[in-house]
Amino acid sequence: MSILINKSTRVIVQGITGREAGFHCRDMLNYGTQIVAGVTPGKGGSWVLDEKVPVFDSMKQAVEATGANTSIVFVPAHQATDALYEAADSGVELVVSVTDGIPVQDIVKVNAYMKNKGVRLLGPNCPGVINPGEQKVGIYPSDCVIPGRIGVVSRSSSIAYMTMARMKREGLGVSSCVGIGGDLICGTTFVDVLEMFEVDPYTDKILLMGEIGGLEEERAAKYVAYQMSKPVIAYVAGISIPEGKHTTHPGAFIDGGIGLAREKLEAFKTAGIKATSNWMELIDLLK
Amino acid sequence: MKLQEYQLKNIFRQYGIPVPDGRVTSYAREAKRIAETINAPVVVKAQVLAEGRGMSGGIRLARTPEEAEDFASQILSSKIREIPVSKVLIDEAVLIDEEYYILITYDRAEQVPVLVMYDTGSLYIETAANSLYENLERVTIDPLIGLQQFQIFDLASRCNFPQKYQRKLFKVCLQMWKIFCEMDALLVAINPLAISTDGRLLALDGKITVDDNAFFRQQTLFDSQPGLVSNMTEYEAQKYGMCYFKMDGNIGVLANGAGLTMSCIDYLRHRGGRPANYLDMGGSVHDQKAEKALRLLYEDPRVDAIIMNIYGGKTHCDKVAEGLLRSLSSNKRKIPTIVRFSGTNADIALEMLKGSLIATVPDMPEAVDKVFEFIGAPSNEYIN
Repeated sequence: MSILINKSTRVIVQGITGREAGFHCRDMLNYGTQIVAGVTPGKGGSWVLDEKVPVFDSMKQAVEATGANTSIVFVPAHQATDALYEAADSGVELVVSVTDGIPVQDIVKVNAYMKNKGVRLLGPNCPGVINPGEQKVGIYPSDCVIPGRIGVVSRSSSIAYMTMARMKREGLGVSSCVGIGGDLICGTTFVDVLEMFEVDPYTDKILLMGEIGGLEEERAAKYVAYQMSKPVIAYVAGISIPEGKHTTHPGAFIDGGIGLAREKLEAFKTAGIKATSNWMELIDLLK
Repeated sequence: MKLQEYQLKNIFRQYGIPVPDGRVTSYAREAKRIAETINAPVVVKAQVLAEGRGMSGGIRLARTPEEAEDFASQILSSKIREIPVSKVLIDEAVLIDEEYYILITYDRAEQVPVLVMYDTGSLYIETAANSLYENLERVTIDPLIGLQQFQIFDLASRCNFPQKYQRKLFKVCLQMWKIFCEMDALLVAINPLAISTDGRLLALDGKITVDDNAFFRQQTLFDSQPGLVSNMTEYEAQKYGMCYFKMDGNIGVLANGAGLTMSCIDYLRHRGGRPANYLDMGGSVHDQKAEKALRLLYEDPRVDAIIMNIYGGKTHCDKVAEGLLRSLSSNKRKIPTIVRFSGTNADIALEMLKGSLIATVPDMPEAVDKVFEFIGAPSNEYIN
């Protein structure tokens, strides 16, 4: 139980008839997520996932018929923008974009449009959100995490999986994990998620996992120092990546001395936050 | 993707942003002819995507066409920051009265485009908008309505931009915005925009970076800039949709996911090990991709041991194991390979590797322990 999603979350899967979406939908259903509908234009009227989930032609129809409040988008990058606008117009409150490779220009517009409508965008290029043991709207491997009272927020999905799996080994559980995504512009930021964790009664402390590029970690550090009472522990990936080298995350690169791991660690430490670039040390800090 | 100076000047021309008279060439003799046509002192500029071209002798002022030929031939046979120069731009030399720096880029914090203007050359233009210095004059652009003229007017007056040239400035900025949108740019910059002593407003140099995610709708643009990889391995990896770059060590690292790869390299270095590369196989790894990735590392003579760190989500570990087993034929030097499988189908994958010479470990720290068992532990810990 925790932030962004809960028992009353009713999910529509956009692009449900795709292969990857099918795999993850089944996984989400098995985990306990209420998947109430799927949308694939032209395939309305059919049923998928052992005839359990109805497919609609449009988001509007799907929301009207099911009263869904959340959508997750698996549509490929070159068609995703349209799907995101459609979601924004449909009446859902939260849109999770798993898709990677969406042009920044499109995301910036979608994000502005959704903000005007009061719809929250999570992602793109993100693993979604999971409340361990309850439900997940995303692509987290189900067995990587156990329930607990540590809130996790991460730019990288793979670091989140690996770290939570290690936490599980050490008996450390998670209240919610939110992946904000590895792109240049993310709909939901570290600060947005910290704000939610701060008032969440199920979260005692927060693990923030950042990486090189941008100044989002620096902003988070400032926010923690001035606005938060709960303890935060931070990890920054990429301290050994040379300047100018591009990683697979469009947002993770150092340019003109901006986005250095060193600076981010320094910002966290200045804000009184325990921070490290050594992954094993992080596990010790969490204990 | 970054564009070369001559490419972006051609784009500026097409969009009606004034640039100095000039042309690009690969031949010193043609440089002379271009200089003769321009019929004035010229600047000979190396066309490479490197910072500090001026400092490394890549920009020279030639007073005569003969001098232009001479400089062009020198520059064309040189390397700038390790990159061989294959083209030079011959531009009319402009006497500058005043200069301004203008850029449009995304403000990552505000999540919107911004137009920034300042009048000092001491800043690194690519980061001006996203630095922590908040003192630069800027206007934020609503992505849904675009840059408006009143915003440019506002910015110009805050920067004391000469009134006489304001109309021209409006056009320059609006056209920059048009380029920014139409080309899916992440950055369009003019550095500097000069007012010349003979009263012209000119873009003397600039920068355009195009969003790699927009590849599918900017194909012609991407075709114009082939092969920006620095070695064959990078190229091979790219072909398979993987991300690779060389580092200076002897331990090959590969993983699935940017974060996983980074944290693996970082952790290895914290323990004193020296990674030979960054190799991220990306989101959904199938057997061919895994096979290719491992072959690239097995064929690298610098590599003494390999750590493969796989957390299966979208990726199925058994597929990776399949690729791994197939790649072993290229492991001629019997390089120790340490594998960590976790997540989707990890149990099947581990079963598949039984009886092979592959060492398996439960987690990343144990992988590093194991590597040191094979090639010896480093004598001192790496300190960041």
